[in-house]
Amino acid sequence: MGVMKVYGVARYMSVARVIVCLEEVGADYQVVPVDFAVGEHKTPAHLARNPFGLIPAFEDDDLVIFESRTISKYVLRKYKSSDTDDLLRENNLTESTLVDQWLDVEAHHYDPLVFHISYNAFVLPKIGGTGDQKLIDTNLEKLKKVLEVYEAQLSKTKYLAGNFISLADLSHFPATYYFMATPYANLFDNYPHVKAWWENLMTRPSLKKAAAGMFPVA
Amino acid sequence: MTSVTVYGAPFSPAVSRVLACLYEKDVDFKLAPVDMAKGQHKSPDFLKLQPFGQVPAFQDELATVFESRAICKYICNKYPEKGNQNLIGGRDGGLLARTSVDQWLEAEGQSFNPPSSALVFQLAFAPMFGFKQDPAAIEQNEAKLANVLDVYDRRLGESKFLAGDDFTLADLVHLPNGHILVSKKEDLFLSRKNVGRWWEEISARPSWKKVVEMQNVPQS
Repeated sequence: MGVMKVYGVARYMSVARVIVCLEEVGADYQVVPVDFAVGEHKTPAHLARNPFGLIPAFEDDDLVIFESRTISKYVLRKYKSSDTDDLLRENNLTESTLVDQWLDVEAHHYDPLVFHISYNAFVLPKIGGTGDQKLIDTNLEKLKKVLEVYEAQLSKTKYLAGNFISLADLSHFPATYYFMATPYANLFDNYPHVKAWWENLMTRPSLKKAAAGMFPVA
Repeated sequence: MTSVTVYGAPFSPAVSRVLACLYEKDVDFKLAPVDMAKGQHKSPDFLKLQPFGQVPAFQDELATVFESRAICKYICNKYPEKGNQNLIGGRDGGLLARTSVDQWLEAEGQSFNPPSSALVFQLAFAPMFGFKQDPAAIEQNEAKLANVLDVYDRRLGESKFLAGDDFTLADLVHLPNGHILVSKKEDLFLSRKNVGRWWEEISARPSWKKVVEMQNVPQS
């Protein structure tokens, strides 16, 4: 069996999502860089791996897949061991459904807002660009409504899908990690259960390992 | 008497996504209206079902679920023996088949859904509810969606359906927005040979025709 390959850069938020899961299962993997600056993402070789010309793409022997949440689920399903926490709960219908539900919440309600705040307020300035302040402000307003829902849920359960950690929680890591380096990080102070949930998540070794490959935030 | 309840109206794309799945799986259900004009979606009772105050919400004797794609997966996982047994990768398809369905489901959620939903709002719901259309938003989202459909056209030149040889959830999730957009901007879909072929097939499925019939019943 070959070493699994992640095509992309570890600093990029959607790539970091996959790295978290690879670290969770303790798999052997390598990150193969894709150079956007020279248009490598539009080459036939990369489009064969990710037809949308995005990152990450992923290879495990003959299998080639894209979409970070799909890659994450594949890695967790195939390589989990007795040492890995059950992050998908697929032996339990209601638990796995709640994981699916909150992963969709992350993908459709949370990440579209926080990704763009983080990208505009933190990443762009790091790479010599200027963020769109109007987009940041609009997204911050919408984010408050979303965090109210999270606060209500996390007042009832320790993690989003229940009293067990799951992929739904970990999927929030990349965008939130950079968000905490923006001037808007203290927004979470208004949502104490959300803040506590985040701080607890950041004690997890897989997230610390993924963070080590990302832009420094201190 | 069924315990399966879907909250919302059939004209809502996200609600109709769930209805299509229920028909594919031959699962009986009842539809409970949510009077959004009267603010029922923001009532404490409804927020217990769907904390964002949106439709659909779904309830049966075992669970309360929201997010239309998660609801569809629940229906498929709960009733593996009923109706269409290939929707999430087939009974014997294993991990690879399941992964392919997941991948194209994510592609729909991340790449197709945002521009198509924006266009559906501009072209169908804005006029319906008296909002002003935004020509710049229409132009930008049409361009984004065209790029996505180019990717789909290449994929559907290699594969009969998005995830492989069989119709799956990955195709089904496109039906609601596709249906509205084909009625308003049919060129987007039908001028692309493989997308056009795929669209004709998936929209002809009896399950989707039943949903369209429900949408055409005047809502009181």
